[in-house]
Amino acid sequence: MALIDLPAIEIAKKIRQGDLSAMDVLDATLTRVAEVDGRPGTLDYDEITKDDETKVHAFITLTAERARQQAERVDAMIDAGEDTGPLAGVPITIKDLFCVKGVRTTAASRILSGFTAPYSATIVERLEDAGAVILGKVNLDEFAYGSSTESSAFGPTTRNPWDLERVPGGSSGGSAAAVASGQGCLSLGTDTGGSIRQPAAFCGVVGVKPTYGRVSRYGTIAFASSLDCPGPLARNVSDAALMLSVMAGPDPRDSTAAARPVPDYLEGIDRGVKGMRIGLSPDYMHIAFPDFATGEIITEDLAGEIRDAALRAADVLAAAGAEIVENIPLPNSVFGIPAYFVISRVEASSNLHRFDGVKYGYRSRSDYQGLHEMYRKTRAEGFGLEPKLRILMGMYMSAGQLNKQYYQRALGIRRMIRADFQAVFDPAGAYRLDALLTPTTPTPAFKMGDIFGDSTLMQYADQLTVSANHAGVPAISIPSGLSAQGLPMGVQLIGPDYAEATLFRVGYAYEQATAHDDWRRVKPQILGEAD
Amino acid sequence: MTKINTRQSNEDGLMAEFEAVIGLETHIQLNTVTKIFCSCKADSWEDPPNMNICPVCAGLPGVLPVLNEAAVSKGARLAAAMHAEIRLISYFDRKNYFYPDLPKGFQISQFDQALGDGGYLDVPMPEGYVRRVNITKLHLEEDAGKTKYDGGRRYVDFNRCGVPLVEMVTEPDLRSADEAAQYLIRLRQLLRWLGVSEADMEKGHLRCDANVSIRPVGSSHLNTKTEIKNVNSIEAVRAAVNMEIERQCVLVQAGDRVESWTLDWDDDRQRLNKMRFKETEADYRYFREPDLPPLLLTEAWRDAVIQDLPELPLERRARFMADFQLPEYDADILTADRPISEYFESTLTAYDGDPKVVSNWIMNEVLRMQNDLGLSADALTLTPEHLAEVIKLVDAGTVNAATGKGLLIKVQESGKTPEAIVAAEGLAQVSDDSALWAVIADLMDVHSEEVANYRDGKESLFGWFMGQVMRQTRGQADPVKTRALLEQALKGE
Repeated sequence: MALIDLPAIEIAKKIRQGDLSAMDVLDATLTRVAEVDGRPGTLDYDEITKDDETKVHAFITLTAERARQQAERVDAMIDAGEDTGPLAGVPITIKDLFCVKGVRTTAASRILSGFTAPYSATIVERLEDAGAVILGKVNLDEFAYGSSTESSAFGPTTRNPWDLERVPGGSSGGSAAAVASGQGCLSLGTDTGGSIRQPAAFCGVVGVKPTYGRVSRYGTIAFASSLDCPGPLARNVSDAALMLSVMAGPDPRDSTAAARPVPDYLEGIDRGVKGMRIGLSPDYMHIAFPDFATGEIITEDLAGEIRDAALRAADVLAAAGAEIVENIPLPNSVFGIPAYFVISRVEASSNLHRFDGVKYGYRSRSDYQGLHEMYRKTRAEGFGLEPKLRILMGMYMSAGQLNKQYYQRALGIRRMIRADFQAVFDPAGAYRLDALLTPTTPTPAFKMGDIFGDSTLMQYADQLTVSANHAGVPAISIPSGLSAQGLPMGVQLIGPDYAEATLFRVGYAYEQATAHDDWRRVKPQILGEAD
Repeated sequence: MTKINTRQSNEDGLMAEFEAVIGLETHIQLNTVTKIFCSCKADSWEDPPNMNICPVCAGLPGVLPVLNEAAVSKGARLAAAMHAEIRLISYFDRKNYFYPDLPKGFQISQFDQALGDGGYLDVPMPEGYVRRVNITKLHLEEDAGKTKYDGGRRYVDFNRCGVPLVEMVTEPDLRSADEAAQYLIRLRQLLRWLGVSEADMEKGHLRCDANVSIRPVGSSHLNTKTEIKNVNSIEAVRAAVNMEIERQCVLVQAGDRVESWTLDWDDDRQRLNKMRFKETEADYRYFREPDLPPLLLTEAWRDAVIQDLPELPLERRARFMADFQLPEYDADILTADRPISEYFESTLTAYDGDPKVVSNWIMNEVLRMQNDLGLSADALTLTPEHLAEVIKLVDAGTVNAATGKGLLIKVQESGKTPEAIVAAEGLAQVSDDSALWAVIADLMDVHSEEVANYRDGKESLFGWFMGQVMRQTRGQADPVKTRALLEQALKGE
């Protein structure tokens, strides 16, 4: 195993002990980037070449020089015997939706072209203070609006390291692809309807959506403010737990960040699952979507191997001493996507108001007469199709006369979904679950171009993840094997508010119990070729 | 041209009797140190553009608002003083619209569940009646920036972005331009009294839009209204509303309809211009601000706000009239601002005598001194205790009134007590008989001719003798005593 494919915890430990230098780790990582990533995403990229098709294209902006300075600083501190923090010298990537001071920040949109963030997100500061070395900014769906990273204005589009013809998922597709291909041990993503967990499942890595309010959003370009959760992507559960320990906590600059202390998520992670009650729900074993011709809701079973992977995970946890509770009712999760459609688009359309060509980013270069034409041209040229669709829908559904019919109703559904979760996690209730176990996605990674263009169908990739965002509860996706086609699959654990520690414990137990499974030895396609 | 702003018809009687129906929309800038959602300095008066801004108030990508508690306290204090209910749970909402000086493209405001609920202000009118003005809206919000046009270019200044405002809207309860002006005068007084706003209209601390319609007297329906914007002084409100009432009356009299225009007041030319852009009913797509949790207040906090409320100016005015039998005129002046009213009461306590005497001294002497020095009453070196002492010295005849007035200035300038000054400068009145006798005897020796003339019947010379005594004593002679002794001497008794 190459140095940089080691867990973040191992790398930090070796660096802190002086067995490795942060600069060596950085150099090795930059070499990997050079081998596997190909040209970084740019606006107005030319035709996709044969060579492009063999590369991952996770990055939009590689900040190698800045990373070198950080690595040097870490090494200097080690030499001086100073504490560098728990992420000493660990290379990480940042979804290009976070502000990093002095670095171009794009949200994968033309509308922000030329924008350099004058401040850093709170959690970026925390990661850097803990010794992390930032490699750069990675690709995503434009403004995080999507589940495949294909809607980015920056190309070539990110590819799935396990199968370069397939999408990495999204919107944190660049993050998941980078972690899976060893371009950094960790990545910072955001999850609004599944945008960390779904790409994590598609790329065979761990992804965490923390409890809403557990992690500060200050400096995260907003998609849907009431649903957005920044979180870690990592190659294993312990690394994710370490990263969340560093990121989480109150922030005086975010009044929605909870003022409660953060536990050390590594503490007791290995205590096992004996006596835990873990639920399986039939409501998470099928997908439901509307027939667009008739409006009827069609219900379809999940792909057999996806369902089997989840049941196999339940068996593994049962064998480790957990009690599996079947037939957990979560009847309102079926409305998760329609409600999400409304809430996320209403908030998104408002959050996009500030991109108007007045202050920063793109302003139309064509002729315009007066302010309103400047607005129209700037936004018409600066936004891609997906933001435009969301602006139109969001504005429509929050219009004065329709607000009740759509937005208020969606908020009502959201309360019902949360009530479902509260009932099954209620320690005095009928089910008393510690966690719920579900598949993360209805299918493994799909082929590029297969779904892109159908904005509605694409949304259903989030069917099994979105309800945790509505409810605000934490969830984690962990790799659970490979499909017949050799594609990663993920299982999801959902817990009650602030039960991240429980989820890590269950995830760790599962990881330990399956450590010697054959599929764990299979490498992503891109690394097979590189080695 | 017939001017109709009260229940009057014009001479020829063709015009039906109309009454004006006016509602005012005010924006009140709270005088907090920092802005409502970030820690930038709130007051940018005379600062260069874009000096007091940060990522938050400039609406950069990724920023979040954090509510300033001081803005909530001041808003709640105003709500309590307006007799509004302070909601224990209120919410912030987004008001979405595009404008270059609105950097986020939405204004964080309060919509349906605002901090204040209801409320009213009872406005006493100079004619003697009281107009109750009900409040329909009282909420917290952030201010937008400023746009400036120069040489065909548009410039934006974000300094004002995020300055805390209370928007307060009245019911259409006002019936004339004078009533509208009185409401603003009383509101401005209240805001300063509470210490929640500097309320300077010229500086935009208190901004006003007026909604105006007319209807036949006796009817209760509301007709189409026009909205007058940019009226930034009380005189401008009075003039603009009067002009608009007149315009509407002429229009209706001619059989035309009032259209729902937005009018802009041009203060330089003293006229109303129809705004070029037709204001359609904008849809602001209000929804709850997801970046701010609900504003939760405890009952204890609310009770404390109400408890801490000072006696309000109009209450105090009524009490001064009732308890001290002061004329309305005096009571009004003595409650013009909080320092002067407190100055009055402190002086009265120290003096412990006729309130009207204290009122006269303050209205004549202290207010003049205040104006000359440009100081508020609480900033004077001359304390209420000093003033009471001076009034007592005059009452006791130790100094005469003119000397007393001079004393006030000397106290203000030197910071010494009145008694110390009287002693040091020998200002005490000469009321000692022997001293006065000496002066008078001397006078009669020197001016024996005048004495003879007086005794021959030229009694008008008495004033001249009085003047001579005063001159000799540098004005310190007790005039009553002098008159008595002089009469005695001249009559040869």
